[in-house]
Amino acid sequence: MSHDVRVPRAVTVPLRRRINVGDGLFRGVTAMFALTILAVLGSIFVVLAFQSRESITTFGWGFLTGTTWDPVFKQFGAWPFVYGTLVSSFLALLQAVPLGVGTAVFLSELATPWLRSPVSFLVELLATIPSVVYGLWGIFVLVPFVRSYVEPVLGATLGFLPFFQGPAYGVGMLTASMVLAVMIVPYITSVTHEILRAVPADQREAALALGATTWEMIRTAVLPYGRTGIIGAVMLGLGRAIGETMAVTMVIGNRSDVSLSLFAPANTMATYDLYVHALIEIGLVLLLVTVVINVLARLLVWSVAAPGARRG
Amino acid sequence: MTNKLEVIDLNAWFGTHQTLKGISLSVLPRATTAIIGPSGCGKSTFIRCLNRMHEVVPGAHATGQVLLDGADIYAPGIDPVQVRAKIGMVFQRPNPFPTMSIFDNVVAGLRLNGTRKSRRDLAGIVERSLRQAALWDEVKDCLHASGVSISGGQQQRLCIARTLAVEPDVILMDEPCSALDPIATAKVEALIHELKQQYTIVIVTHNMQQAGRVSDMTAFLYLGTLVEFGPTERIFTTPEKKETEDYITGRFG
Amino acid sequence: MTPTAEPTAGSTRLSYARRRLLNGLAQGGAGLCTLAVLLPLVLIFGYLLVKGFSALNLSFFTQLPKPVGEPGGGMANAIVGTLTLIALACILGLPIGVLAGVFLAEHGHSRLGSTIRFCADVLTGVPSIVIGIYAYTLIVLPTHTFSAYAGGFALAVIMLPIVTRTTEEMVRLVPSTLREAALGLGVPAWRTTLWVVLRTARGGIITGIMLAVARVAGETAPLLFTAFGNQFWHQGLTGPISSLPQQIYTYAISPYEDWHRQAWAGALVLLVLISLTSLAVRLLTRGHARSTL
Repeated sequence: MSHDVRVPRAVTVPLRRRINVGDGLFRGVTAMFALTILAVLGSIFVVLAFQSRESITTFGWGFLTGTTWDPVFKQFGAWPFVYGTLVSSFLALLQAVPLGVGTAVFLSELATPWLRSPVSFLVELLATIPSVVYGLWGIFVLVPFVRSYVEPVLGATLGFLPFFQGPAYGVGMLTASMVLAVMIVPYITSVTHEILRAVPADQREAALALGATTWEMIRTAVLPYGRTGIIGAVMLGLGRAIGETMAVTMVIGNRSDVSLSLFAPANTMATYDLYVHALIEIGLVLLLVTVVINVLARLLVWSVAAPGARRG
Repeated sequence: MTNKLEVIDLNAWFGTHQTLKGISLSVLPRATTAIIGPSGCGKSTFIRCLNRMHEVVPGAHATGQVLLDGADIYAPGIDPVQVRAKIGMVFQRPNPFPTMSIFDNVVAGLRLNGTRKSRRDLAGIVERSLRQAALWDEVKDCLHASGVSISGGQQQRLCIARTLAVEPDVILMDEPCSALDPIATAKVEALIHELKQQYTIVIVTHNMQQAGRVSDMTAFLYLGTLVEFGPTERIFTTPEKKETEDYITGRFG
Repeated sequence: MTPTAEPTAGSTRLSYARRRLLNGLAQGGAGLCTLAVLLPLVLIFGYLLVKGFSALNLSFFTQLPKPVGEPGGGMANAIVGTLTLIALACILGLPIGVLAGVFLAEHGHSRLGSTIRFCADVLTGVPSIVIGIYAYTLIVLPTHTFSAYAGGFALAVIMLPIVTRTTEEMVRLVPSTLREAALGLGVPAWRTTLWVVLRTARGGIITGIMLAVARVAGETAPLLFTAFGNQFWHQGLTGPISSLPQQIYTYAISPYEDWHRQAWAGALVLLVLISLTSLAVRLLTRGHARSTL
């Protein structure tokens, strides 16, 4: 007898487009938040530019070259600040670059693995110390030290240079540059460390196979290969140095004379009077300079370091 | 004739993992010795022990003796730096220094070893080395171009010229053609034929036909031990050990 | 080859011994550089411990600053102020930062994603004093008052790119197999991200937040333009508020010995908090790729 067999058919459920709504909404929301970053960055430029236009139209380029900062007579020339910033940053780089690159070479080529991790942590710890603590230490520890031991020596030996003449104020450009150097060394070190690590092993082996000592290998194969990135690291350090305000202000003191001598107090862009538009214009200048340097630095670094290594 | 290189009971480790077990063989002068075997058999480790490059890797070490003209390069007090100036190496992938010109690449080894030769002397050495590496005609007009501006095959010959410039006693080649196209490979193989009239060559290759083409003696390594060693022709036609025959005929590896 | 250390040809080569000497000197030099770099670290911590510890007592944590000239008093308001400002910054900055980081992790390869990532990186390089001036212009000027809100806003802007990038990296680290497993079960993509991916990356995201907090806890310059500082308890969030770094600054540049001592104490407290946070972050992210500095 034949049964009337009902073969169950596959149950088909109409596929709803439910999923796309949730996904689209989520993507939209996160995109919106992400765009906030763009908005914030853009608005920094816009707000600063807009609010400083009065100062810009009043002083023009003379703002950067004028030497008087006089709120009473409404004369605002930022040159003392520019000069102080440039000199302190340059001097800081002079100290920080050899130390930073040397430390990076030690970490990437010479240190044993169990030494590398703790030492690089300690170096990075330097970067977490707040500016104000550096300033505090600078005022009460480094300044007296430099005043008593270093500046007399420098004045006696290198005193013919205009930089080292002038009464030995402990508070001065030299000390500020030393503090600044300590603050930027960790950035130079860690980026250079990444650069050197990215140098391929077969470059190193090529030098070794020709009979190079360890130092010769570093000099011939590693450093030249990474030199673009190292320049980027230095520029990153420069960007940081220019933007570092607190510690330098505390150490340099608050006078507004411009003097060639390193021993005289100078000023940096950081300190302020509440003369709003001129002040904001300084902020704008500082912003533009540091952003340009940082962007250039990143381009240089990324051209050498492995694509996966991202520096903040 | 005395052996150029005498390897006596060579063992090598990466940390605690032993990759070479008691290898002993003799490398004849002015001849090409090929090292063949399946991947992982230790051929690269072996050749890197011959110029003390093996120990460059952290945690790696080797024991045994390697005699170069009778003197053990692993004797205590011997500086690997000097060993490597005497035993040169060409690597699997061409590695000229990208920040140096072709000229500077060739003399890099000489400069590293502290030469005080004048620029004119160096130019002569550059020409001689590039001719020996069969690269002179192709680059003689652009010696100041970057070392990486030439093709892969040319870069490898540049690396060979760089190795030749320091006039080593032995030339080690670790799969020198594996990154090259067939035409470049043929050029390098022809070069090896030329070079062995003057130099002693040890070449690692995973390509058996290549071993058959270029070498006089062949060593077959398997799992870190030397299975068989002898004249190339005999190894390929009448191998003594079964593993050798299996490998040659393609049953594994 | 001879087993001794002398090279072959004599006059045409730099002596081998000299090369070895140079090698030793260079390696020693690199080691010296490292020591020179670490020396300030030791000195700073050392001085803080020595000078700051002696000034630390219970009243430091519980009392308000005394008027000039009177000894004693503490930084209670500054400590509370710092915590308040950090809380405000987190409320403002964390939701944006985390969600922006999620966006970058999922859509970072697109043109929009790369642009935003670039903006975040540029933002990390903007000096904090510029951000302070920005917040001053945006909030303090129109409202005619210094306020905790302005300070919190400035700190949030500083935190934002850090949180975004670390979140992005941590979310990226979640293996795609996990995502695919959830999607394969029919979970929609947005839910997968929220419930599965974020939960897995939660630990890493928190360490990223800790990193950002450690960074802003020590910021002074932006707060000088926004929160301004206050010798007393703050009166609500719409008025000036003290903070630890700002108080340290004020005391440090003052001419009073007693205030200097308290500045050291405050710096010690600040540094200990920041260092412990950094150490914790380092230990928690051992083995992971981290975006540092």
